[in-house]
Amino acid sequence: MAFEPRIVAFFCNWCTYTGADLAGVSRLKSPANIRIIRTMCSGRVDPSFIMKAFELGADGVLIGGCHPGDCHYAEGNYKALRRVHLLKKMMRSFGIDEKRLRLEWISASEGDVYQHVATEFTQTIRSLGPLNWKQHVDQKSSSEQAVVV
Amino acid sequence: MAKPKLALYWAASCGGCDVAVLDIEVKILDVAAFFDIVFWPCATDFKYKDVEAMPDKSITLCLFNGSIRNSENEKLAKLLRAKSVVLVAFGSCAQEGCIPALANLTTKEAIFKTVYLDTPSTHNPDKIFPQPVTKVKEGDLEIPVFWEKVKSLDQVVDVDYYIPGCPPQSTQVAAVIEAVIDILKNGKPLPPKGTILGAGDKTCCDECPRTRKEKKVKQFYRLHEILINPDECLLDQGIVCMGPATRSGCGALCVKANVPCRGCYGAPPNVHDQGLKMLSAISSVIDAQEPDEIDKIINTIADPTGTFYRFSMAHSTLKIADL
Repeated sequence: MAFEPRIVAFFCNWCTYTGADLAGVSRLKSPANIRIIRTMCSGRVDPSFIMKAFELGADGVLIGGCHPGDCHYAEGNYKALRRVHLLKKMMRSFGIDEKRLRLEWISASEGDVYQHVATEFTQTIRSLGPLNWKQHVDQKSSSEQAVVV
Repeated sequence: MAKPKLALYWAASCGGCDVAVLDIEVKILDVAAFFDIVFWPCATDFKYKDVEAMPDKSITLCLFNGSIRNSENEKLAKLLRAKSVVLVAFGSCAQEGCIPALANLTTKEAIFKTVYLDTPSTHNPDKIFPQPVTKVKEGDLEIPVFWEKVKSLDQVVDVDYYIPGCPPQSTQVAAVIEAVIDILKNGKPLPPKGTILGAGDKTCCDECPRTRKEKKVKQFYRLHEILINPDECLLDQGIVCMGPATRSGCGALCVKANVPCRGCYGAPPNVHDQGLKMLSAISSVIDAQEPDEIDKIINTIADPTGTFYRFSMAHSTLKIADL
């Protein structure tokens, strides 16, 4: 069976989540690989959520927030931006390709941007292949992991 | 009534934890009077075979310091687990890997190459590496097998309690020992399993006497690059201080000596990953909104992974231990 990436997305309630919703309402096709978790702000996305996703089997993590200057909470999106920059640096030392983490600004009216980003990111992760972090870490459960897709 | 039995052991550690036990000063006499010390390689002359000969669950309390780096560490961890009623991970190494676990960022092969080939003082033209078994004419010589990754004690055996710190502060050690004696003497109930003993339930910042302002950091400094203001929050001054992501209990010892908190008391309550929590805290104080400027400031942090996980690598979410 061909590899289908498992992508966890954290979208802010005010912009990107609504933008993704708009993409759906507008019947814009986007990949079903993305599992969206709605947060109130991209600044709410703690780095531990992102690493937990990788630990539990995500192949990629996408974070969506409001455009700079548009944050509903004034500067949560800047916090997200700084965290992602620092986290990418840390991911490199853990041996995870930093391209598996992506931050995008998508407003509530940008359903087409969501479609584009979702398609492109899924394609990126597909070409990177499975991360299988848990399997990599926990050799004991590697036989189980091979069965669970 | 026979005295309760006490064992102390050091696995992969520096010996500082054993010194921390002795640092309780005259209280060590209470320990010696109340307990029968049955095993303590650092201070007494008992052999492994003495421990092997003891019945299971015959040691009342075992304070185990050091992480699990090789087969000997693991064997002793399993042995002492079987022989002890209460097994305590004593100190940061046993609790969450500490400095030895930073080796999990590299491989066994690379470590051996550095140690036995590349260091300037090493002369090893035949490329001889330590072997678990060496045949000599008198017989086979065995040394412990070096594991691929460093593990904390609880990644190898079941652990009852934790005492954090690198090393645990002597006042905290004394308080824990007093509490243990009280429990054993007066039949008081044990704390719930998994409790972290000898530490607070807030962060190091809570104990820090320095004045804090709004944090806006334009550049991070290493200690030799800046004259530190002794009264102002270190993080405010652009020094990476682990205080916000570290459990209280040490009495803010380092920051009072004008040195930033290194994070040895581990993650504060309800935090699963100390390194990521610190990453989050640092990201919040960086005063920049443009990606290029953010990168510039981030690049002034020397080795973020090693700094944020200095003590907790074995317990990081992406723990790179071959469990």
